[in-house]
Amino acid sequence: MESSVLQFFQWFWNLFGLWDWVWSWFKPLWPLVWVIIKIVVILVPLLLGVAYLTFWERKIIGWMQVRIGPNRVGWWGLMQPIVDGVKLFLKEVILPTKADPWLFFLAPALAMAPAVAVWSVIPFFDGGALANLDAGVLFLLAVTSLGVYGVIIAGWASNSKYPLLGAMRSAAQMVSYEVSMGLALVCVLMVSNSLNLSDIIRSQGQGTFANAGLGFLSWNWLPLLPMFFVYLVSGVAETNRAPFDVVEGESEIVAGHMVEYSGMAFAMFFLAEYANMILVSALVSIFFLGGWLSPFGIFPDGILWLLGKMVLILFVFLWLRATFPRYRYDQIMRLGWKVFVPLCLLWIPVVGIWMMSPFNIWK
Amino acid sequence: MGARDLIKTFSLGELRQGLAVTLRYMFAPKITIQYPEERTPASPRFRGLHALRRYPNGEERCIACKLCEAVCPAMAITIESAERVDANGQTSRRTTRYDIDLTKCIFCGFCEEACPVDAIVETHIFEYHGETRGDLYYTKQMLLANGDRYETEVAEAREQDARYR
Repeated sequence: MESSVLQFFQWFWNLFGLWDWVWSWFKPLWPLVWVIIKIVVILVPLLLGVAYLTFWERKIIGWMQVRIGPNRVGWWGLMQPIVDGVKLFLKEVILPTKADPWLFFLAPALAMAPAVAVWSVIPFFDGGALANLDAGVLFLLAVTSLGVYGVIIAGWASNSKYPLLGAMRSAAQMVSYEVSMGLALVCVLMVSNSLNLSDIIRSQGQGTFANAGLGFLSWNWLPLLPMFFVYLVSGVAETNRAPFDVVEGESEIVAGHMVEYSGMAFAMFFLAEYANMILVSALVSIFFLGGWLSPFGIFPDGILWLLGKMVLILFVFLWLRATFPRYRYDQIMRLGWKVFVPLCLLWIPVVGIWMMSPFNIWK
Repeated sequence: MGARDLIKTFSLGELRQGLAVTLRYMFAPKITIQYPEERTPASPRFRGLHALRRYPNGEERCIACKLCEAVCPAMAITIESAERVDANGQTSRRTTRYDIDLTKCIFCGFCEEACPVDAIVETHIFEYHGETRGDLYYTKQMLLANGDRYETEVAEAREQDARYR
């Protein structure tokens, strides 16, 4: 793929007869330019996906509440997210008098950066990751944990009551669910015997069922069903989505850490939340639903399967939001520490014993 | 707690029930009224923009009794009166000023109920606006103009409602 892009450049500059001159100084820069091209190719669809995820969310929740949802701007309301973006862009960014100006503007960037950075290790198709890290899962856990700093710093720097309460809640909640998320991943790592995301996907494509052409029964979700559930729910909690959205908790603390933010600074938090949603859906697809693998042997593998699985998980996110009321704060803590963590700790030895027994299916 | 309850709890029975309800309603026919194109039916008792009515011979109905001004809970009505020769050639008490401040009005309809001659009425009009606060201060001329414009609708609404009074 790299060479075909290079050939295009060569063809373009040869139109002016300048290729040799351009290549003489462009050659050392090329690896950098190639990485930037790949980043753009990942980021632009991601941000568009974020924009249309907000639109899709409003539509789905509308339908579930027997409403129509936005349908006025453009065809079937399809221009709505664009117009929302323009509105947020044109709004004034207000800095509260007693806020810490540096931290106040650092926080949205800190929330956004991890949500975007993790995409570098996501394999979209076989060999289609920006960085094929051997310690991909470790990188992923490390970087996603940074997201909580954006929320905490926003709450602190706003110098205001509700943001601080929201920040305290998010600190406790995200740390708690990080634990069960990590423990659920331990099971995945045990059975796939690798920290490399591409290898984790490949390992799901082997087994009795996959050889029989029923790949979707070989994916991790079936043998690790409780962990699949724990990871999915922890993912919802980790992204502060309903029913675990006490961090924002409109009816209690207005909008939590985002109370004092307006305009683009607010939009950054918004983008980060939805980018994280898409990220968690991608991770669930990769760890438990076989990533780019096709569910039936007769279809070819490919990026479309990954996207399809992500859409499915995202729909579950929206569906949960339309269905369940918000958990109380102590209920969230109880679910995290007294249900999920023990369940994970129980399931790790179960999987270990399973792997050591003659019934091991992951050889 | 029997085995059945245990199974229901651990398979998240109630959560699944809830999800099933929302999924079912996602495909239900939508009840939204798309307002400018579609409207809900309005009652003949609808209380919208005010109007002052006239008799068929052109004389205003209002006799300046000030009952509406007295009953108005928001004190939105201001009336001043004087004697003059009316369209029947008789000397009678008539308003020289009849103002309703629609920024104060709460659209309770008491003025309409209090009026002994059906002069002040509330029409079915609710789509009007003012670009400054002063635009919503309706004077006697504006109210009479409303009455002239919507007389047929007002009379029709009164007739429909008459048998319930």
